[in-house]
Amino acid sequence: MKICGPKCSLCGLIISVWGIVQLVLMGLFFYIHSVALIEDLPLEEEYKTLEEFYTAANSAYNQNAYNCWIAACIYVLTLLLSAQQFYMNSRVTAN
Amino acid sequence: MGSLFRSEEMALCQLFLQSEAAYACVSELGELGLVQFRDLNPDVNAFQRKFVNEVRRCDEMERKLRYLEKEIKKDGIPMLDTGESPEAPQPREMIDLEATFEKLENELREVNQNAEALKRNFLELTELKHILRKTQVFFDESVPMVYKSTSTHSSNKYRRYLQMADNQNEDEQAQLLGEEGVRANQPGQNLKLGFVAGVISREKLPAFERMLWRACRGNVFLRQAMIESPLEDPTNGDQVYKSVFIIFFQGDQLKTRVKKICEGFRATLYPCPEAPADRREMAMGVMTRIEDLNTVLGQTQDHRHRVLVAAAKNLKNWFVKVRKIKAIYHTLNLFNLDVTQKCLIAECWVPLLDIETIQLALRRGTERSGSSVPPILNRMQTFENPPTYNRTNKFTKAFQALIDAYGVASYREMNPAPYTIITFPFLFAVMFGDLGHGAIMALFGLWMIRKEKGLAAQKTDNEIWNIFFGGRYIIFLMGVFSMYTGLIYNDIFSKSLNIFGSHWHLSYNKSTVWNNNYLQLSPATSDYEGTPYPFGMDPIWQVASSNKIVFQNAYKMKISIIFGVLHMIFGVIMSWHNHTYFRNRLSLIYEFIPQLLFLVVLFFYLVLLMFIKWNRYSAKNDFPMTEACAPSILITFIDMVLFKSSKAPGKDCNVHMFAGQSFFQTIFVLIALACIPVMLLGKPIKIMQARKLANEEVQPITGSSDAEVGGMSNGGGSHGGGGEHHDEEEMSEIFIHQGIHTIEYVLGSVSHTASYLRLWALSLAHAQLAEVLWSMVLSLGLNKEGWLGGIFLTVVFAFWAVLTVGILVLMEGLSAFLHTLRLHWVEFQSKFYMGHGYAFQPFSFDTIIENGTAATGETE
Repeated sequence: MKICGPKCSLCGLIISVWGIVQLVLMGLFFYIHSVALIEDLPLEEEYKTLEEFYTAANSAYNQNAYNCWIAACIYVLTLLLSAQQFYMNSRVTAN
Repeated sequence: MGSLFRSEEMALCQLFLQSEAAYACVSELGELGLVQFRDLNPDVNAFQRKFVNEVRRCDEMERKLRYLEKEIKKDGIPMLDTGESPEAPQPREMIDLEATFEKLENELREVNQNAEALKRNFLELTELKHILRKTQVFFDESVPMVYKSTSTHSSNKYRRYLQMADNQNEDEQAQLLGEEGVRANQPGQNLKLGFVAGVISREKLPAFERMLWRACRGNVFLRQAMIESPLEDPTNGDQVYKSVFIIFFQGDQLKTRVKKICEGFRATLYPCPEAPADRREMAMGVMTRIEDLNTVLGQTQDHRHRVLVAAAKNLKNWFVKVRKIKAIYHTLNLFNLDVTQKCLIAECWVPLLDIETIQLALRRGTERSGSSVPPILNRMQTFENPPTYNRTNKFTKAFQALIDAYGVASYREMNPAPYTIITFPFLFAVMFGDLGHGAIMALFGLWMIRKEKGLAAQKTDNEIWNIFFGGRYIIFLMGVFSMYTGLIYNDIFSKSLNIFGSHWHLSYNKSTVWNNNYLQLSPATSDYEGTPYPFGMDPIWQVASSNKIVFQNAYKMKISIIFGVLHMIFGVIMSWHNHTYFRNRLSLIYEFIPQLLFLVVLFFYLVLLMFIKWNRYSAKNDFPMTEACAPSILITFIDMVLFKSSKAPGKDCNVHMFAGQSFFQTIFVLIALACIPVMLLGKPIKIMQARKLANEEVQPITGSSDAEVGGMSNGGGSHGGGGEHHDEEEMSEIFIHQGIHTIEYVLGSVSHTASYLRLWALSLAHAQLAEVLWSMVLSLGLNKEGWLGGIFLTVVFAFWAVLTVGILVLMEGLSAFLHTLRLHWVEFQSKFYMGHGYAFQPFSFDTIIENGTAATGETE
């Protein structure tokens, strides 16, 4: 079954590979609570106590790590899909 | 192999070729592609040359081939392209080729003519078919109208009756005109109602209708119906939409008028029988004829296809052969004929190193033609400027192209290309520094390099792709260098990597951090380890949101000035290579030395000040060497040039960075000022003195240096040409030239130094843009709470990735590329590069076939 053309499937392939690599790594960095990524956490402006902030930050780090890995998994799916499309397209042009 | 540093040494050679062997020899030289022939009879126009006939025959053959190619492309038949290039055929084979092409062309033309005639026939028949079908509807639909009003229930009967027996015109008219017509007929007026039917293209129809109405004053009645399926125009194969029309009128006068109008609108009229039975019969006949025609048409198409498929197999091969023959005869036309007509004389530029290979090729050519007399290659003395030939490979070619785009180097001038290979990607990377973006670019370049052969084989006309592919090594190097500078700036998609562990530590306790919004880390305290981060920027700066840019600006600005000054000094030193090579002592002493001195005492001193400042001032030092006492380098430099005494930055600070600074600065400025008159006047005065001396010693002989006058037609450069060439120039001209050069250099070194600040500006812009893209786009996806964030992130990431490639890598990359190009062309090459030469364009089959028909362009 053919959904998209050769260029579209190639684009999907590239973005998927890139997404998998970068999102897995970013998930890893979130998982080890990298300070560089703190601005990307869904945190409030102010917290009442320090403990509250720590628990919120820790859970946000973990949540973001899982979200990144979920996105990476979705990209595995799109990778398979676009790879199959790419294969179909290349077969069509070969014939 | 010659080196890339200077262009090849060239020699002007005279080539004597025996008439019989000339063709084969030139063919061999064309395969070799190392010889540039000169036109020896420039006054003779293209039609009076010796081999005009052969060239004309080749043109004719090429025309036929192009015709074949056009037809093949029209049918969408794939052309076999093996990529191999057959040898130029012998002259006698030309006749065979001609005969083959002639036969093919005639056959194809005949088939095409037949097909066109058949198609026209087919079109007429289809149109007629449609007319018959549609008019039937026109005639039919009026039947119920007429009789419905009078006798509704018997209309069916009437119709059947009508269809069975209406041979009479009156009935027809009665139906057409409806009640009124019947009524009008009743009084017995002699009413003869005629009609014409035809086909007209749909877009003309409204105008046609209006014209009919106006010209016939509304006395005609037009009915029309669209033909749904498009019809094929036999002449050009376009799909056209047409409409059937039928016009009713009364009387002959109107008839002629209507016909005239139809003619004017290019409507095709068809005879349409008035009686339905005739029409039906005709329709049947038309249908059978259409079927017959279809089979004939199919056979014609098959035949055409067979002919074209056979031709497509050899077409590329033939093209190559014909172009080679044509190129050979064109070249032979450039030659002189010997008095005895036995021998052709050619003049050509030849790289000295390749003379052996050329002689070998000539010998091969002679053997092939079976001639006994060997060709003679004779080196000539000349005062002309030889062409510039830089031997490049696939790696250096793109870099050489960057240089040549500015100007082809003068003969044997130093070629900046080898240095550009490193400086170009480096300066680019200073502006493009980001590990992530660099990696994307490097991967793209690497992919093109790895797939080089396959990508080169599929030739496309896509200009942008060809530019990218041509510069694949540049792109790869730019990417790799950007990855390096990205590591130095510690930027990967605007985030930092903490590889070695930051050398800054937080010494505040919890309550301090909790109670204060803004806190500083002071390098004077234990916050800073005292040693810098081992490689590049400390990652702590990424989270220092309030003074990150301030810190980076100071660093990048200084870095760009340092690189700029070093680049320019390097450029000036390059001019030393030129002066020594061309034995230009005057330029060496009165241009190179003051130029270098000027640059060093002013701008290299500026660079030194930066290093001194970095070295001596530190937050950990006591007064007067703390960071608060560090003077502004720019202010110091301005004060130095204006001979102003600087003010100390603080109360306990020293005015100067080191002892004797003001003394040295005064000396430096004085030296720089002293350099200017030397640059301005030194060389012209020396030339003037030399001329006077020469005038006293020898009586001037007019015309003594005729040859030199011819040879130095493009002289006038202050360096590059030898000293003796200035004899031809007016003294005043030399002074003006030198003045312009000096002003350009002195003002240039100021403005060029400032111009290198673009390195900082672009790198800042790139980093900021990357940060904005991250925080505006990707952060949205990351900031989403809950598990749905993962899916949202997928979409946002794709969007971010597309924007990253489109804006940051492509657009920013392009702008950084252009700025780098400018830095090389203007700031670097203006220090030493003349670029007054002309490129060596050897006679080579490869380039001729690649450029298609361009072979004729130069000579005609």
